[in-house]
Amino acid sequence: MATKIKKVILYIALIALAALCLLPFLMMMVNATRSGNEIMGSFTLIPGNSLKANWKVVSSFFNIFKGMLNSVIVAVPATLLTAYFSSMTAFALAIYKFRGKNVLFVIILLFMMIPAQLGLLGFYDLVSFLHLVNSYIPLVIPAVAAPGIVFFLKQYVESTLPPALLEAARIDGAGELYIFHKIVLPIMSPGIATMSIGAFIGNWNSYLTPMILLTTKEKFTLPVLIATLNSSTDIVANQGATYLAVAISVIPILIVFCFCSKYIISSISAGSVKG
Amino acid sequence: MSNTKTVKKKKRNIDNTGYLFVLPFVIVFLVFSVYPVLRTLYLSFMNYKGFGEPTPVGLANYARVIKDKFFWRALWNTVKIWGVNIVLQLGLAFLLTIVFSDVKYKMKGLGIFRTIYYLPNIIAATSVAFLFKTLLDWKYGSVNNVLMDLGIIAKGAQINWLGEPGIAPYVVSVVSTWMWFGNSFIVLMAGVQGISKDYFEAAAIDGAGRWKTFGKITLPLLRPILIYVSITSLIGGLQMFDLPYLMNDKGSAGNPAGSLQTVVMYLYKFGFEGGARKQVGYASAIAYSLFIIVMIVSVIQFKVMNKED
Repeated sequence: MATKIKKVILYIALIALAALCLLPFLMMMVNATRSGNEIMGSFTLIPGNSLKANWKVVSSFFNIFKGMLNSVIVAVPATLLTAYFSSMTAFALAIYKFRGKNVLFVIILLFMMIPAQLGLLGFYDLVSFLHLVNSYIPLVIPAVAAPGIVFFLKQYVESTLPPALLEAARIDGAGELYIFHKIVLPIMSPGIATMSIGAFIGNWNSYLTPMILLTTKEKFTLPVLIATLNSSTDIVANQGATYLAVAISVIPILIVFCFCSKYIISSISAGSVKG
Repeated sequence: MSNTKTVKKKKRNIDNTGYLFVLPFVIVFLVFSVYPVLRTLYLSFMNYKGFGEPTPVGLANYARVIKDKFFWRALWNTVKIWGVNIVLQLGLAFLLTIVFSDVKYKMKGLGIFRTIYYLPNIIAATSVAFLFKTLLDWKYGSVNNVLMDLGIIAKGAQINWLGEPGIAPYVVSVVSTWMWFGNSFIVLMAGVQGISKDYFEAAAIDGAGRWKTFGKITLPLLRPILIYVSITSLIGGLQMFDLPYLMNDKGSAGNPAGSLQTVVMYLYKFGFEGGARKQVGYASAIAYSLFIIVMIVSVIQFKVMNKED
C-alpha cells in the first residue's frame, strides 16, 4: 500500500516536470494570439483574437518564411554531405589497410575534443580571404568533414558489416565504389539515419557561425533572423508579435521531432555508448 | 609463387581505394577544420586587425589576457552559469534515472516522459532565448504576472529576472538546465539499461535499499558514462554563447553589469565587433587561453573521477 502511494506521488512529480517542459510552449502559443496590452495585463490560457494583428507586425518586420527557406537551403545539403562522406570515410577506416590510417584516426579523435570556437577566428579569416563572406558555401562544404559522426559510423560498420560479404562481392567482380554504394550504404543506413537527424538539427539550430558569416538580411538563416528581434524596439514592445515569431520558428523542428523522436533519442543514447 | 604475388598485389590495389575514399574528408578537414585552428594559434602571436599584414608581437597577447580583469570576470561568469546549470541538470537527470530504474516501482511511461523531457533540447537556442526573455520581462512578462496572480509575489513587486546582476546569471543557468536535463537523462538512462538486470535483482534479494543500490551498483558502473557526460558538458558549456548573448539587451556586453558576459562573448567582442578597430590577435589569444584552461580542467576531472575507487 505504501508503495502504491509513493508511486502515485512519483507519477505526479513526473507529470509536473513534464508540464514544466511544455508550459513555456503553451504560454508561447497562447500569447501569440493575444495583443501586447492583454499580455501585459495578466496571463491566461484562453487564446485571444489578435493573431492577425500580431502577424501583421511580424510580417512587416521580416520575412520569416524566407528565413526558413534559407535554413533549408543550408541544412539539407550540409546534412546530405555529412551523411555521405562520413559513411565513406568511416567505411574506409574500418575496412581498408593503408598507411597513415591510424594517424588520421587519432587526429579525428583529437578534433572531437576540440570545441569549434577554437578555430572560429581562423575560419572567418580563411573565409574572407576566399571572398566567401555572405555565401552559403562555408556553411555547407565543411559538413563533408564531421569527425564525431565518422567515429560513430566507424564503430557501426565494424559491428554490422560482415567482411565475408565484401569478399564475395569482389569475387563476383564488383568494384569498390559499387560495393560501397550497393552493399555497404544499405547495411549502414540505420546508423546513418540516426546520425543524420542529429546533424540536421545541429545545422538547423546553428547560430554563431551563420551570424558571423552572413551579412544581409535576405540571406539570414532562421536563428539569425530570429535574433534580429533584439534590435527592433517596436516588435519587442509588441510582445504578442515576438511570441508569434518565435512560435513560427519552432514549428518546423517540432514537426521533425514528431516523426523522428525515436531516432533522435537513440542517437543520444548511441553517443553515450562511445564514452 | 607468382600466383600469391598477384593475389597480394590485387589486395594492395584494393587497399589503395582506402586513400580515395578518405580523400574528400581529409581535404575538407585540413582546409576548414585543421587550418583554421592553426591559423588562430598563429594569429594569437600577432597584432592583427582582420585585414592587412599581421605583425608579430610574441606572447604579448597572452600576457594581456593574464592581466585582463574582464577576461577573468568573463571566465568566472561562464563557470558560474555553467556550474549551477550542470549541478541542477545532472541532479535532475540522476533523480529521474533512479526513479525509472527502480526494480520495486517498475515505473511505466519511460518512452513518453523521455520524449517530453527532451523536447526543449531540439529548439534553437535563439528561439529559447527570446521565448524566456519575453516570458521573464520585468514589467510585462507572463511569469511575473502568474506569480502575482498566485500571490507568490506582491502586486508591483515584480522580480527583475534578467536585470539584476545577482539574479540574471542563475536565470540563464536554469533556462540552460531546462534545455539540457532531458539530454543528460537519456544518456544516463541508456547507461543504466546497459547494466545487467542481475546486479539490481541480486541487490534487491540481499535486501539492499534504494540508495545503497544506487551508491554501490549504479554509480560505480555508470562511472565511464559520467566521465563522458561531465567532460563533454564542460568542453561545450565553457563555450556558452547563444543564451547569454541573446538574453541580454546589449549583445556582447552581457548586461546587467557584465554579469552575462561569457568568454566566447568576450572573444566575439574583440574578434568580430568594432569594424576597423577589431583586435583579432587578442581575440585569438582569448580563444587559446580558454582552450588551455578547459584542457587542464578536463585532465584533472578525468584523473579525479577515474581513481575514486
